[in-house]
Amino acid sequence: MSEMPKVTEVTENLLEVRDVRKSFRVPHAGKNKLQALDGITLDLARGQTLGLVGESGCGKSTLARTLMMLERPDEGTVRFDGVDPFSLRGADLLKFRSRVQMVFQDPYASLNSRMTAADIIAEPWRSHKELIKNRQDRDMRVRGLLDLVGLGVKAANKFPQEFSGGQRQRIGIARALALNPDVIICDEPVSALDLSVQAQVLNLLNDLQQQLKISYVFISHDLSVVRHVADRVAVMYLGKIIENGPTEAVFERPNHPYTAALMSAAPTLDGEQRKQRILLKGEVPSPINPPSGCRFRTRCWKATDVCATTSPTASVDPEIADHSALCHHPMLLEGSGLESVSV
Amino acid sequence: MTALADHDTPVDEVDATPVLEVDGLSVEVRTITGTLRAVNEVSFEAHRGETLALLGESGCGKSMTATALVGLLEPVADIVGGTAKLGGRTGQVDLFSADRKKRREMAGTELAIVFQDALTALNPLYTVGTQLAEPFRIHQGMSAKDAKAKAIDLMTRVGIPQPQTRLNSYPHQFSGGMRQRLLIAMAVALNPSVLIADEPTTALDVTVQAQIMALLRDLRSEYHMAVVLITHDLALVAEEADRVAVMYAGNIVETGTVAEVFGNPKHPYTKGLLNSVPVNARRGDDLKSIGGSPPDLHSIPQGCVYQARCPLAAEVCKTTRPTLATVGTGRKAACHFPEEVKNV
Repeated sequence: MSEMPKVTEVTENLLEVRDVRKSFRVPHAGKNKLQALDGITLDLARGQTLGLVGESGCGKSTLARTLMMLERPDEGTVRFDGVDPFSLRGADLLKFRSRVQMVFQDPYASLNSRMTAADIIAEPWRSHKELIKNRQDRDMRVRGLLDLVGLGVKAANKFPQEFSGGQRQRIGIARALALNPDVIICDEPVSALDLSVQAQVLNLLNDLQQQLKISYVFISHDLSVVRHVADRVAVMYLGKIIENGPTEAVFERPNHPYTAALMSAAPTLDGEQRKQRILLKGEVPSPINPPSGCRFRTRCWKATDVCATTSPTASVDPEIADHSALCHHPMLLEGSGLESVSV
Repeated sequence: MTALADHDTPVDEVDATPVLEVDGLSVEVRTITGTLRAVNEVSFEAHRGETLALLGESGCGKSMTATALVGLLEPVADIVGGTAKLGGRTGQVDLFSADRKKRREMAGTELAIVFQDALTALNPLYTVGTQLAEPFRIHQGMSAKDAKAKAIDLMTRVGIPQPQTRLNSYPHQFSGGMRQRLLIAMAVALNPSVLIADEPTTALDVTVQAQIMALLRDLRSEYHMAVVLITHDLALVAEEADRVAVMYAGNIVETGTVAEVFGNPKHPYTKGLLNSVPVNARRGDDLKSIGGSPPDLHSIPQGCVYQARCPLAAEVCKTTRPTLATVGTGRKAACHFPEEVKNV
């Protein structure tokens, strides 16, 4: 669709998502459906990290579930290495599933407390039997994975509750690595961890990417984490990607007012240096009954009549071609418009 | 519909004498595997007109300190030492030796708390109007009609649209940000001297967090309160607090003004935390993380609580626990080598 931010061709896209839509029926909403994904287009190159940013209810997790094939899109296509995974059946489908794995947010809820670390890590091989030869091979591979995530072989026979939160997340990462995936979808992988441990896990994910050339889809609400890990960032608002581009471009020169507001709302360590912040009024509208035209117009200080009637098309950064935003009044072309707002 | 907020924190007049003085607070928790000390000889003071942050990771005792102060400790936890002198309108009272009647009188009028999870803090069976009116009914014996009018004023003050109709709504009918506003409204209803905010924005999105913190700042000025902000978020402390007390394994390891503590930390744990924030770190760079994890409170080592993770640890750290000693004007750190922290 023409209204989506255009993404320049990156060589060897592992994952291509084109105009994906997904809605859910919800109780007490009459004929209205909850539009969780409203025309999502994005690419992920091999060995790269795509950061997905947005507030609760923006569709980040539905997008992650769609990439995991846990949700079938109503419209649009997903291409993984050129193949539509939703067309696969049987052995081909099983094979595909091994290529996309997930690391979950809560390392307490996502590990079975009745299984040892070794059993948890080896469990994916029960569905993918061809990947291991025999019991010895299994044990050796588990030891290798434990070593790879920095836990050491002694961890193999312990149960999850014997580990700290950071160590549990390492087990979750080892389990995701067991099937040698091409892509790992990390859904808020460090937000349940303490700061000092968070850095250890981020470093581990980075090392693994260097070693194994994995791609990550990294979902997080923490902008400083995303800035640190991502090559490209997609900012979501009410089911749409409203800005998309190389990480530094999006952070240094936000084009969409929402991106600018989001960046300015996040507290920073050197906050004293900043003189003003954009304080948005209100909260994210319901995705069951989203605003007409531009989804963000109800909270936007630049909104005009056209924003209520027409969905905005992509506006490209004049200097960086693969950085664009869905906005009628993009900040890079028209300025921030903040001067005219009463303080 | 957007306001631009001047980022400069409003400079309130800070009272010279502290309104709350906590001295040597210790809390022990009885567990099936033995008694552990969750808060160990914690001392700090809060002044009207300023925000003091208690900063630390999970299990460091920051929330336990807050619940001890407001008298809401779980039955398995006991205050085993210390005093907390609150100097409000009725003179100085030690919170820990005051009787139940006195504590009840002071709840809300002198000391109030805002919890992290507004949905569990509000009663799901009563309308928010009833709950907001309750402080006025109980403490000031107001009629239902007057208390309702007060509740509407409060809702307007904390920015809840259409308060007259929303008064009759139940907590689940509000969004997370609005529920937090309601909780803040209840906390400031009786104009307390000290407002404890226990992770007030952790469950909220950043744009809503910014709104709530702006509201707290305004209310602090308006009511001339002391705010004790309990959080794990360094950036929030940097932006919202005037002074900070860094906690680790039940102990305060460093205190001082935020600018000094963050600008020139004198405890290796503070320095380690600051290094762990991925700010300014470039894509792919290794973050300087703190190795290991916090100690099990059941087996706190003799000597310094931070020794196992500390790059400066020496023989003396294994045998002698450093006390919180003065390391500059208005600054204290519990480290044997405060001057070497800058080299970490």
